[in-house]
Amino acid sequence: MKVQLIKLAHARSGDKGDTANVGIIALKPEYYEILKKEVTPERVKAHFGEMVKGPVQRFEMPNIDALNFLLHNALGGGGTTTLKHDAQGKTISTALLRMEIDVPDDLAIF
Amino acid sequence: MREFIRIASGQGYWGDRFDAPIDQVREGPIDYLMMDYLAEVTMSIMQKQKSRDPNLGYAKDFIRLMEVLLPDLVEKNVKLITNAGGVNPVACMIAVREIAERKGYGGLRLAAVYGDDILNYLDALIASGNELKNMETGESIQTIRNRIRSANVYFGARPVVEALEQGAQIIITGRVTDTGLTLAPMIHEFGWKWDEWDKLAAGIIGGHINECGAQASGGNFLAGWKEVPKMERIGFPIVEAYPDGTLIITKHESLGGLVDVRTVKEQLVYELGDPKEYITPDVVADFTSIRLKQVGENRVKVFDVKGAPFTEFYKVSVSYFDGFTCIGQLTYAWPDALEKAKKADEIIRKRIEYLGLTFEEIHTEFLGYNACHGTTAPPVPDPNEVVFLIGVRGNNKKDMEKFANEIVPLVLTGPPTVTGFGGGRPRVREVIAYWPALLKKEEVAPKVLTISVI
Repeated sequence: MKVQLIKLAHARSGDKGDTANVGIIALKPEYYEILKKEVTPERVKAHFGEMVKGPVQRFEMPNIDALNFLLHNALGGGGTTTLKHDAQGKTISTALLRMEIDVPDDLAIF
Repeated sequence: MREFIRIASGQGYWGDRFDAPIDQVREGPIDYLMMDYLAEVTMSIMQKQKSRDPNLGYAKDFIRLMEVLLPDLVEKNVKLITNAGGVNPVACMIAVREIAERKGYGGLRLAAVYGDDILNYLDALIASGNELKNMETGESIQTIRNRIRSANVYFGARPVVEALEQGAQIIITGRVTDTGLTLAPMIHEFGWKWDEWDKLAAGIIGGHINECGAQASGGNFLAGWKEVPKMERIGFPIVEAYPDGTLIITKHESLGGLVDVRTVKEQLVYELGDPKEYITPDVVADFTSIRLKQVGENRVKVFDVKGAPFTEFYKVSVSYFDGFTCIGQLTYAWPDALEKAKKADEIIRKRIEYLGLTFEEIHTEFLGYNACHGTTAPPVPDPNEVVFLIGVRGNNKKDMEKFANEIVPLVLTGPPTVTGFGGGRPRVREVIAYWPALLKKEEVAPKVLTISVI
């Protein structure tokens, strides 16, 4: 079945120059492997489309059940230069959690 | 050696809640208070203030805070470490000395950490072979040389430790890393060596948790913000540090907020790059080594942290003038709010063309519709209202001002049921952009000046 990531993960995002970072954290440890399998850099890049002009990098943090993504050239020039209302990418966290992913049909989701 | 020390966060950025550090000192025991005031853009603002008055160039709010808080710090023997000194830490220290003298705290030791401001030495540094090229784009610094407004090296914990060893109770720094402010007291108290990488890395993790204030203790907490008690008086985080590098993240019981594994995790990933290489001047911390455990109510243990040797470079933050921006807005109400906002956008763009204004970028967003989430957000059928935001960026200030005059006239000349123009003409703002670079450590040395209040 398909579910929105927000059912499986929480997240926080921020900025470094024109790059936004989004860390997504599994709400239960057992979700981590699903996130790792489903939330690939390619799919994140596709999810954001034109919003992310550069590449997407992914880093694994199994110790805290998290994946950290760097979205390059995603902030309209970044920080003080950008014309975007969300200049620091503070809300990109939940934009990523809108993504739909495949999970096993018998997965218990609270 | 003390069994443990408590390092409290009092400020996540310049403009954070004014009474948070006061609560940290008054509502329970702490040994150190750390306060972060600096962001990239802050340094250029401070440099401008200093150019107008050589006695300015620091966070003046901090002086206002010292009027209130210094008596508590003295009475409770709490040490304060802050980068509120901006581009003029010595002047900031002198302003604090004036307060301390007036209040009669003879013997109180104050320190300023400086030497990070390399604005006046840039040409000499470049001439002697330091490229200072942009870390992200590889561009030469010559492309912005005549537009530079500030240039600062990020120092680590070393000069702060030196100030502590000289007996300072109030330590005011320039551009010391946010994490270094929390690491320094651990090194000082526990006698950690400069090559005990795992312990130093643990201190850096403590710093990363402290540096954004309440973001580690229930603020901006996605997983459970509805559960966070008393956000109106949220308790900022406190790092309880132990000699072996174990940390307990906690907060004062009497204050609001929440510290659990989830709040700490959210802060750990904040503004994170490669988690295996969190580079600081003192150590490279490995965020994939961190282990967390809830060990009590509002108590999270952080342990098993690993670190690796530092690099041979300091990071340098250069700010430079990069043109102007102007963002105007109007609010359109039901019915057809989005259509009206889109029509307004079309009109403004045609006006820009008609008036012959040139910009590098024109950017439109519809707030209440998709400004935050863009194309990832589903369409909203028939919104009750939409805020039309249109921004321009460019180098021609006159064109900017003409653009600024174009927004409010839409109220009487454009689509109906429009409001939200109370602010009048939007402001034309200078853009101060940020240039990250690296500098060999031997090129610059931190300085520590310690004085006693008479």
